[in-house]
Parts: sequence; structure tokens; C-alpha cells
Amino acid sequence: MADEREGIKVAAAAKPHLAADQPLLRIDGAVKDFGAFRAVDGVSLDIGAGEFFALLGPSGCGKTTLLRMLAGFEAPDQGRILLGGNDIAQALPHERPINMMFQSYALFPHLSVRDNIAFGLRRAGMARGDIAARVAEMVALVKLEGMEKRKPDQLSGGQRQRVALARALARRPQLLLLDEPLAALDKKLRESTQAELMELQRRLGMTFIIVTHDQEEAMTMATRIGVMDAGKLVQVATPRQLYEAPRSRWIAQFVGDINLFEGELQSYDGHRLTIVTRDAGPLVVVEPRVPVGKAKLSVAIRPEKVKLSRRESGGHADQGPAINRLEGTVSDVCYLGGSTTYTVKLDAGGTVQSAIANTVRRDADAYGVNQRVVAWFTSNDCVVLEQ
Amino acid sequence: MRKLARLSRFNVASLALGLAFLYLPILILVIYSFNASRLVTVWGGWSLRWYREFFNDGAMIEAAWMSLRVAVASASIATVLGTLAAVALSRGEGFRGRTLFSGMLYAPLVMPEVITGLSLLLLFVALNAERGFWTVTIAHTTLTMCFVAVVVQSRLGSLDRSLEEAAMDLGCNPVRAFLLVTLPLIAPAIVAGWMLAFTLSLDDLVIASFTTGPGSATLPIRIYSEVRLGVKPEINAICTLVIGLIAIVIVIASLASKLSSSQGESAAPL
Repeated sequence: MADEREGIKVAAAAKPHLAADQPLLRIDGAVKDFGAFRAVDGVSLDIGAGEFFALLGPSGCGKTTLLRMLAGFEAPDQGRILLGGNDIAQALPHERPINMMFQSYALFPHLSVRDNIAFGLRRAGMARGDIAARVAEMVALVKLEGMEKRKPDQLSGGQRQRVALARALARRPQLLLLDEPLAALDKKLRESTQAELMELQRRLGMTFIIVTHDQEEAMTMATRIGVMDAGKLVQVATPRQLYEAPRSRWIAQFVGDINLFEGELQSYDGHRLTIVTRDAGPLVVVEPRVPVGKAKLSVAIRPEKVKLSRRESGGHADQGPAINRLEGTVSDVCYLGGSTTYTVKLDAGGTVQSAIANTVRRDADAYGVNQRVVAWFTSNDCVVLEQ
Repeated sequence: MRKLARLSRFNVASLALGLAFLYLPILILVIYSFNASRLVTVWGGWSLRWYREFFNDGAMIEAAWMSLRVAVASASIATVLGTLAAVALSRGEGFRGRTLFSGMLYAPLVMPEVITGLSLLLLFVALNAERGFWTVTIAHTTLTMCFVAVVVQSRLGSLDRSLEEAAMDLGCNPVRAFLLVTLPLIAPAIVAGWMLAFTLSLDDLVIASFTTGPGSATLPIRIYSEVRLGVKPEINAICTLVIGLIAIVIVIASLASKLSSSQGESAAPL
């Protein structure tokens, strides 16, 4: 507990006294132009204390610019950034109780691991003994004991990443920004580091904002995800909401794989929609948040929600939600280990992908190319999107 | 440790020829500086006679002292100005005409020395400045500053910008970030720039002869005027001393940069 108090002192400003419903961070209509290019276009966002928030988007969508505005390396042309109620939009980086972990890690090559971690503490004017204690604590936190005297170029990529993390955490910032923190690591290391970051964030109770272009990374780690496209924040949702109820076609395609069928609304009985699609015939959808105003719609269905059956065994009991059946021929089989993705060429003209988990080791019954199948999915599992 | 590739006979021969081409004339000069004979081309046994002559030659000593003073002063001024120029050019984002200034910085590198020397002479005459130590120093500063700037700028260019940002993020204002992070990292380039400026100033003849005044000849000017009357073995001795000095400076510089930056990155692309 005593340690916690010290941390607050180091963070320059005391921890804000937040009202119960006041967000830690409020971005209010932030705009940033680079010449004629609008990098961030009117982003408004609230982030609560203790959240693990991910900014997700393709490269060039403005997510890094937004993060740099939070760190203070860019000043917004319009809008406010409130941290604990104070507008910090024009504050310089060293005046903010926010720290950042850089994509390149930006470790100081002329300083040892210890001096890198202590750098921010020295600038905060912390006492010598306290610095040593805090550095030791940070080194233990990121499991780098025995490496304190090494220079960054004597460390592996994973170790450098840990030093960067320890250095950013050492000042106990109110907000930690992570710019693509795992992009330079290989897949296995990335996965274990993701788990460690989540564990650390929970344990420290700190607020993390991570920028990533990797939707799996965002889904794994974040409690909420903000998807950005062309400078705009297009959806803010939990990972599950984002995946199961994307707000637009673009988001549906950006987050995970999806089958899309374009068509027109034929009928709506207050509960079920029937949409006549060009590539797959009429499809029935149960959709609570219907954009009925529009006639042109898309039906979206995730591959793992599309099941396959042999053509003969088509007669299912017609109970529960309505089932959409699409007849076709398997045109491609892609074995991925844990699952297999089948591409089915539909008789109606389009194609549909179905991902099926490989639950048994030897599957004599697996579908082969050119096999006639029925691809089916329930009306509950698909989503209607505007075009 | 990386294994050294084995050298073939051809490699050895070409290496030996190349080194001989570069260093044989210097070696001969060094050997003949210990020649006892008065005739430059006739070997008369070993002797330190010409070194003694040099140390008793007041005018020559004075010229050498003048050269050293000019070299140290101009290299130091050029290093400060050149480093500042490099920082401004590679970091000043809102600075209009940066490309133009960058280009202008390179101009003295390719400008014939005669033109630089002549234009400086005209300037000093127009300003009615008394020619001597300071005019030569200023002239050498203008010549060597761009070399320093180029060396430092290339080092700054290869430096990750986010290092400075990280320093600011961790509580440094921009000036402190520069002093605590950027400066230590570009220090080897600054040292290399100073060395380069020092040696350039030490061996410059053309610009110095335009900008110096009576009674303040630099060593190259002095040597040149002596040689016109015939090469005295004493010149060999002076040259050997200069070579020795430069060799020591280079060894110290490379040791210093090795110690200061254990990152294994070369200080400057020269």
C-alpha cells in the first residue's frame, strides 16, 4: 500500500478524484489535419479507469495519430482531451501523467536496462533509494532479474519489449499507451506476451490503451475495442459485440472472415426479414436492429456458423429458428489444423465459406472437392447490414 | 564472433598493392626524414639532424604553432556551428526552405577552394579586416563547418526519432531530451566531425594563402614557399611530425568512439 502512494507522487499530478460516472479519459471531437489530409476526423470517446481499450484499424486510419495526441506529440486542431476532468489537449508530453510504449521500443541505446527504467523516475526527482527500489520492483515485474546492467543491444527482442514496458510503467502513469507493442515479436512469443500484458493490467489496475492493426490481438486483450477507418471512429464495442454485431459491412469484413450476400428486402413481418439475394436466393433473417428503411441490404454470416450436410440428409425437423439452405458443390478445401475451411460454389451462383472444427483425428466422412452439399445456417446467426 | 573469410592469393596481392600505392610514398618520406645527407635523394645513413634543424628554425616553428592554433580554433567553432546546423536541418520540421538550406550546406564541399579563398579575400578587403590569425580561422571555419554538418546530419538521420519522444514522454522538456539522449548518441559523429575539420584546416594551403596576412603564415604556406626554393630534408622531418600527430589524433578518436558507443555503429559514414 505504501508503494501505491509513492506511485501517485511520481505521477506528478495526484490521481484524479473521479466522480462515480466520470470517465478517466474523455476525447471530445478531436480533429487533426496534416496539410490537406485529415488524419483524425472528429473522434469522441470515453474511456473509464481500469479499462483495457484497443484502437483497431488498418494502417493509415488515424489510430496512431490519435494515440500520439494522447501522449502529447501532436496537438489536436480541434476538440478537447480531458484526463480526469482537466483539458490536456495542449499540454506538452512531459507535463502529462501519461506514458507510452513505443512500437520501436525506443530504448536508449547508451543506457543500461537499469538506467532506461530509472530515466523517468530521475526526471520526476524521486529520491535515490526510492528509484533503486522502484527499478528493482519493475525488473521483477517484467521478469528481467540479472539483466539490469545490460545494454539494449545485448537483449533479445522479447527482453527489449519488457524493458520498454517496465520503463513506461515505472512512473505509474494514470494512462499507459501502447503503440503496436507486440508487432515485432514472433507468433508464439506474441501470444504469451498478450497473456502477460492482460495479467499485468489486471494486477496493477491501470488503464491501458493499445493501438493495433491485428484484430485477433485486439479481441484477445481488450475489454473494449474502438474501430477506426479513415480518421473516424466507426464502432466502439466489446469484442463479442464487434464480432457478432458489426455495425457496417466494412467492419464485418475487417474483423474476422465473413460471407456477404447482397440483396433487396422482400418482406418483413415484424420479426423475420426475407431478403432476396443475387447470389444465394431468398434468405430469412431474424434481426432485432433492422434498418428496414433501406431496400438494399446485405446478409452477413460468419463461416463457422455455416454448417454443411450431405445432400441426401436434408430433411431436418423444422423446429426452432428458420434455416437457410443453400445447395452447391464443394470447390475448395483448406485444412488449417484446428479447423477446415470449405468453399462451396452455390447453384444460385455465389460462393459461401464454411469453417468446421476438426473434432476428430481421422475424419473418413470429411467433405471432398466436387462433392454435392447443403450449406445451412439459422436465421438467428446472420446479420443484416446496410450496403 | 564472425569468422573472417579466408583470403585468396589474389586478394592478398591486390591488398598489398593497394596499401603500397597509398602508403609507400609516405613511408619513403618518413625514412628520408632520418637521412643524414643534405641531398634529398641520396641516402647518407641515419640521423636526427633535420629534426634538430626544424626545432631550431624559428620561422618554421612559428608557422607550425600558427597552424595548430588555427586548426583547433576553426575546428571547434565549425563543430559547434555545424552541429547546430545539422540539428536545425534534420529536426526543424516547421522550418521553411529546409531543402534549400540543406542544398546550400553542401555547396562548399564541391566549391573549388580557389573561389572560396578569393571570395573570402575580397570580403575581408571590403571589410578592411586586418588579415592574420582570425581571418584564416574564419575562412577555415566556413570551409569545414559544412563537413561537420554533413557528418552530424547523417548520424541524426539514422537516429530513431522516437528516442527523443520517449525522453519527453518520460519527463524531459525538449532541451533536456536533446542533452540527455540525442547528444550522447551523436557524440561520436561530433568528435569525428571535429577531427575532420582539424585535419582539413591543418593541411589547407589554398584558402589560407588567400586569407592570411604578412607574418602569419601557416605551416603549409611556409612549407610550400620553402619547397619552391628546393626540397630541404628538413621538410621531410616536419611532414613526418605532422603525419605522426594526425595518426595519434585518429587513434585517439577511434578509441574514444569505441568506448563511448558500445553499439558497434560507426560514428560517421566516412
